[in-house]
Amino acid sequence: MDRLFEFMLPEAKSPTADSTDALFHFINEVSLVLLIGITFALIYFAIKYRRRSEDDETPVITHNNTLEITWSVVPLLICFVIFGWGYTGWLNLKSVPDNAYEIQVNGFKWGWNVKYANGAQTLNEIHVPEGRPVKIVLQSSDVLHSFFVPDYRVKHDVVPGRYTYVWFEAEEAGESIVFCTEYCGTGHSDMLAKVIVHTEEDFQTWLEKNGGGVSGTPVEQGEQLVQLQGCTTCHSDDGTRLIGPSFKGLWESEETLSDGSTVTVDENYLRESILNPGAKIVESYDNVMTPYEGRISDEEITNIIEYLKTLK
Amino acid sequence: MATAEVSNKKTLKVQRFKPSDNPSNTYLTDEKGVWAWMTTVDHKKIGIMYLVAVAIFFAVGGALALLLRTELMTPAKTFIEADTYNQLFTLHGAIMVFFVLVPSIPAALGNFIMPMQLGAKDVAFPKLNLASFYIYVAGAIFTFIALAQHGLDTGWTFYTPYSTESSSSVIWVTMGVFILGFSSILTGTNFITTIHKMRAPGITWGKLPLNVWALYATSIIQVLATPVLAITVLLLTMERWLGFGIFDPALGGDPVLFQHFFWFYSHPAVYIMIVPGFGIISEVISTFSKKTVFGYWAIALSSLAIAFIGFLVWGHHMFTSGQSAVATTVFSFLTFLVGIPTGIKIFNWIATLYKGSIKMDTPMIYVFIFLFLFSIGGFTGIMLGALSVDIHLHDTYYVVAHFHYVMMGGTLIALLAGLHFWWPKMTGKLYNEKLAKIASVFIFVGFNVTFLPQFVMGAQGMPRRYYNYVDQFTAFHQTSTIGSYLLGVGFLIILYYLMHSLFKGAKSPANPWGSRGLEWQATSPPDFHNFDHTPVVIHGPYDYHQPMEEFQLGLAVDTNGHDSETAKEVVDKEREQWKNYSLG
Repeated sequence: MDRLFEFMLPEAKSPTADSTDALFHFINEVSLVLLIGITFALIYFAIKYRRRSEDDETPVITHNNTLEITWSVVPLLICFVIFGWGYTGWLNLKSVPDNAYEIQVNGFKWGWNVKYANGAQTLNEIHVPEGRPVKIVLQSSDVLHSFFVPDYRVKHDVVPGRYTYVWFEAEEAGESIVFCTEYCGTGHSDMLAKVIVHTEEDFQTWLEKNGGGVSGTPVEQGEQLVQLQGCTTCHSDDGTRLIGPSFKGLWESEETLSDGSTVTVDENYLRESILNPGAKIVESYDNVMTPYEGRISDEEITNIIEYLKTLK
Repeated sequence: MATAEVSNKKTLKVQRFKPSDNPSNTYLTDEKGVWAWMTTVDHKKIGIMYLVAVAIFFAVGGALALLLRTELMTPAKTFIEADTYNQLFTLHGAIMVFFVLVPSIPAALGNFIMPMQLGAKDVAFPKLNLASFYIYVAGAIFTFIALAQHGLDTGWTFYTPYSTESSSSVIWVTMGVFILGFSSILTGTNFITTIHKMRAPGITWGKLPLNVWALYATSIIQVLATPVLAITVLLLTMERWLGFGIFDPALGGDPVLFQHFFWFYSHPAVYIMIVPGFGIISEVISTFSKKTVFGYWAIALSSLAIAFIGFLVWGHHMFTSGQSAVATTVFSFLTFLVGIPTGIKIFNWIATLYKGSIKMDTPMIYVFIFLFLFSIGGFTGIMLGALSVDIHLHDTYYVVAHFHYVMMGGTLIALLAGLHFWWPKMTGKLYNEKLAKIASVFIFVGFNVTFLPQFVMGAQGMPRRYYNYVDQFTAFHQTSTIGSYLLGVGFLIILYYLMHSLFKGAKSPANPWGSRGLEWQATSPPDFHNFDHTPVVIHGPYDYHQPMEEFQLGLAVDTNGHDSETAKEVVDKEREQWKNYSLG
């Protein structure tokens, strides 16, 4: 039986899972005992007291106070235990250890932008050291998202306009999947990320190598930016049709808009489409992109445009 | 003339009115024709119209569910696009909740049965009752307009800010739901008044059928909670239309506030959906055990307790939302409290079976299925109420499975029990018992094959509302899809034999189950005015130890339409029997 309940949960890879898993098993066991009891009583009564003739007479049993109190109070006590257990486990999920390593994660439609203390940035990959508590500070650029790592049993909604957080401590090097669990539109089910756990040493090496953010010529910086900002989730660079128009061959092309007018793709059109994408929607596409107003600098926009010019 | 004391103060002259098995006039033979139906104020016809509407919506919602399950046969695209999928699950949820589950039992079965159980000729406000139905239809029209335009892709929960930004027809649907709410409020008001004022002589609160108690509790929730839904969707409409900014953080609003508003209605709403089901279970289990319901007051009052505590637990939908820690703690605690009255009901129903005379006809089979599935729904609800575990399970398929066990395994199975129980009363026809049993097997097996795997994959981490999924979950999804097809077959069999019964079914006697319920002391189908006498009640509705004759009493009046000679004979016979009868 234990094996069945263990099969139901993914392998636990953080101490935040301990209390949750123990309680999950406890409730399952109590429920199973009660369910078997109920099912057995139903079947037993249905057979033993089956109707033998239409003139059957039944005893008048209206109520029994002892029974009523028993089956009210006993479940209530069990519920108190479950409440207390769940509460303490949850307090632990809320209490971030003092020495936690902090990482900023920004959810947007549809991806996770990750920033580290030394300026390193990644998209949909959260690099963490093993054996050290990590605090993920969450914020959203657009709608509600929810950050869920099944292996660590942690989840929190990502709410625009406020900061929320989760913490965990990855026990050994490896990878764990991250899901978005608050519905956020077309790309919701593809809004996945990975927690990549390194040994402490590898993690430091990784940080140093990636520190300082984007670098290089404007075109190179633009190429990195379209990755980090998640543009490539919806816009391909090889002509494939995704949620938005492909970047390939976009520069100086003639596009028909949803209102029937046409526009030539130049710097100003691209700039407008980044800051306020809903203004001019290309025909046959939906108005789903998040406005980047306030989330991206003028220099970054210029670099992205420079990069797009190279995608002939 | 026989006399019966129905209260300390009144002495009434009564006689027996044995319902005819071959009524010449029924509500179906009076006022025929489409126009007569459309303008009727008869609660029975209105109940039937609701039933047909609910059945149509259920067919639409069910077809959407099958499309969703088919799409989920494989990860990524099987046959539809992500945007279409998002629209389908939204519509499945919105239709099933607002157009099927909420009105199903109270407005359809309740409308038909409840006044009869009170021995009344109709509800307190018959015209208002008809208005409720047309308001429901108007709400439905708004929703169909939305479908014809850009559909809806927000999920049935309309969470902001997604719902304020979505390019789909959110306003049409929120207006539809706004209108629909009035239908619910008016039905609730109507029922409360009816239960207070229209009870036949002798029906004290302690002799009220448990179905009526359940509808009473439901009506209270409908009247108190639904206005909050109206406020919520109205605010959402203004947010979208006028940019009010109540929920928009950029304008100083708070998206979590919307969730509070939404669940303040939508959690009590799950009790609007399930509590009437409890009423049906009590009626059926007593009839088919031929036995007094065990713990009448425990069952009656626990419905009211659920109605009350149900208002105080909405925040358990928001443990991961960012609401305050104190709120989260209190809501978790109260959630466990609301589980207790539900548990009490289940134990009392099982105790009712003890030493009964149990007949496993189709309605009773559905009661057994209900008790099994709803127990699972309840236990997994306890799991989700536990704070730390809910953090892991929130918004996964575990939650999807849980509410399908409660809403489908609970409400819908109870509806099927009630439909099979009262079908002969409503139509005057019997259905094919063998086919009905085969269908119930399909429903039971199909349901579990569909939703049990969802508990497992949910606990393993599969999030809900996912068009695409990781390979690890493929086997679970495929099993679930196969189960949904079995369910579909089950419902098609039901449709077939019920239609067959309607047009070619054998005639039903007035009381095919030997029930003591007052509604069974009318003809099948009932007279246009339910009873052509005023029923008088001296026993509780489940007093199977009392002779059937004593449940068929009515006020003895000379001008009740009966042939006076016949009436005299009946009265003379009754008089002998009643001579020494004293009422305790």
